[in-house]
Amino acid sequence: MKINLAEVDHIAKLANLSFTEEEKQKFIGPLNSILEYVDQLNKLDTRGIEPTEQVVHTSKKNYSWNSDQVKSTFTQKQALDNGPEVGSGHFKVPKVISEK
Amino acid sequence: MKLDTLTSEKIKVFIEKGKASSKEICQIFLDQIEKSNFEIKALLHFDPNFAFQQAEHIDRMQAEGKPLPDLAGLPMVIKDNILIKGLRCTCGSKNLENFVAPYNATVIEKLEAAGAIFLGKANLDEYAMGSSTENSAYGPTVNPHQPDYVPGGSSGGSAAAVAANMSLAALGTDTGGSIRQPAAFCGVVGMKPTYSRVSRFGLVAFGSSLDQIGPLANNVRDVAKILKVISGKDPRDATSLDVEVPDYVAALGRPIKGLKIGLPRQYQRSGVSEIVQMRIDSGLKRFRDLGCEMIEVDLPHIDYAIATYYVIAMAEASSNLARYDGVRYGMRGTEEDDLTNMYLATRDAGFGEEVKRRIMLGTFVLSSGYYDAYYLKAQKVRTLIKQDFEEAFQKVDFLVSPTSPTPPFRLGEKTNDPLEMYLSDIFTIAANLVGIPGISVPCGSTTDGLPIGIQIMGTHFDEERVLNLAHAFEQSGEVS
Repeated sequence: MKINLAEVDHIAKLANLSFTEEEKQKFIGPLNSILEYVDQLNKLDTRGIEPTEQVVHTSKKNYSWNSDQVKSTFTQKQALDNGPEVGSGHFKVPKVISEK
Repeated sequence: MKLDTLTSEKIKVFIEKGKASSKEICQIFLDQIEKSNFEIKALLHFDPNFAFQQAEHIDRMQAEGKPLPDLAGLPMVIKDNILIKGLRCTCGSKNLENFVAPYNATVIEKLEAAGAIFLGKANLDEYAMGSSTENSAYGPTVNPHQPDYVPGGSSGGSAAAVAANMSLAALGTDTGGSIRQPAAFCGVVGMKPTYSRVSRFGLVAFGSSLDQIGPLANNVRDVAKILKVISGKDPRDATSLDVEVPDYVAALGRPIKGLKIGLPRQYQRSGVSEIVQMRIDSGLKRFRDLGCEMIEVDLPHIDYAIATYYVIAMAEASSNLARYDGVRYGMRGTEEDDLTNMYLATRDAGFGEEVKRRIMLGTFVLSSGYYDAYYLKAQKVRTLIKQDFEEAFQKVDFLVSPTSPTPPFRLGEKTNDPLEMYLSDIFTIAANLVGIPGISVPCGSTTDGLPIGIQIMGTHFDEERVLNLAHAFEQSGEVS
């Protein structure tokens, strides 16, 4: 299938990405040629076939449970060290609830 | 010290016999980095003091008469999507330009305990998304054999560093061939282990049902040694499995006569270039001369592997990369008026074109109305491909193919056509979809001296025999 510019806008919104009109025009060609290519999957009859989510985890025999113990983790400082904007021991973000 | 023929074993002996200190060996490689990195751009960043501290630790152990661990003094570079505590981890992305790893990946802890020295962090396609290292936000790595050719990707920096003697070994990651293809393009050995063989704790996630960490080195023995160190169950990675880790090195040299090698019939019409086909044919002859039996096998659904792979990999990528929101780590865009605009500005400025493309496609195939037609469909075809391999492995011990259908391509040759780039992964992606181990070993070169690699795949957790066969092949001599 092919997607149009309106659908590109919709997907971009879902993905929290934004594109200028020019970028969209540049993007849509390769996007559609890739989608056309993967459309070949629809030629295959997969009725009754189970999907594979994980390749090796088909049996439980090699699973092991971790003991339910509290272990040391990040300090507040370590957790904040890579924050782009921090203050008073918190991550700072722009206003979440608008007055509108 | 002749760098070309150096091995981890020789380094350890040098230190033990007092012929060179770990720090001196470290310095030799750092000199090489200083000399070559400007042109090759294999490393994104390196910290001599960090490496020296590790080397001094080894030298202290030696001075105190303590037994040295297996990889003592081994100079390594680490792909820059694996965390080393206190060093930056950029993932080749602008987004993580200033991100400093707050903890060590499990593979790093294990390598450090085994005495390895980390010289620096290797270049990669942004978030490991690419087959040429050209998608790095910090510029491409070039092929050490010819600087106007790509080193392959996404672990192109790791492979190029080993090939250019800037390190003796490296860690890479392989989601669809990202260790094996650059190993082939740079003329070194690179292995993707079985899915769940090596802990991924501390690896920045790309495609979680596909990603594996693995070693690259100049020879199979060093790959085996490193794999032995990094393998095993890790309580911090629920996808790692509790399966015994054999002594991969001890297994090298076992007889291979009579082993059955499968040649997938479908691979023989997959647009392999003439020169690659010639070298692979000579490679197959070497296997025959070693007493291996060649059997043609069918992988009926393999033609769908690339489509299946890209649907799944992009879906997983779009989900994994949702975490980059500019709040807890990574860069933040300058738009500050409300939260959504901040997310948009962050992701717009932080991600490159290929990453955005994959997030878009991944979001699309997971979105309402398309999930069944694309994502679920691909997962079902993945089952069919997996069954093809299971059936093939009923008849043969290994599957052998070229690692890549072509020799290294020129820088810029495929950057304008993403689909063309994806198609170059044809021989490597199946191992990720099926979760089996695969190794690329040098198999001659083009008349211009560009390396060509041959791939050996085995069944789940059969690294031992794959390495043994690769080692026998390597020892059987170079083809021209």
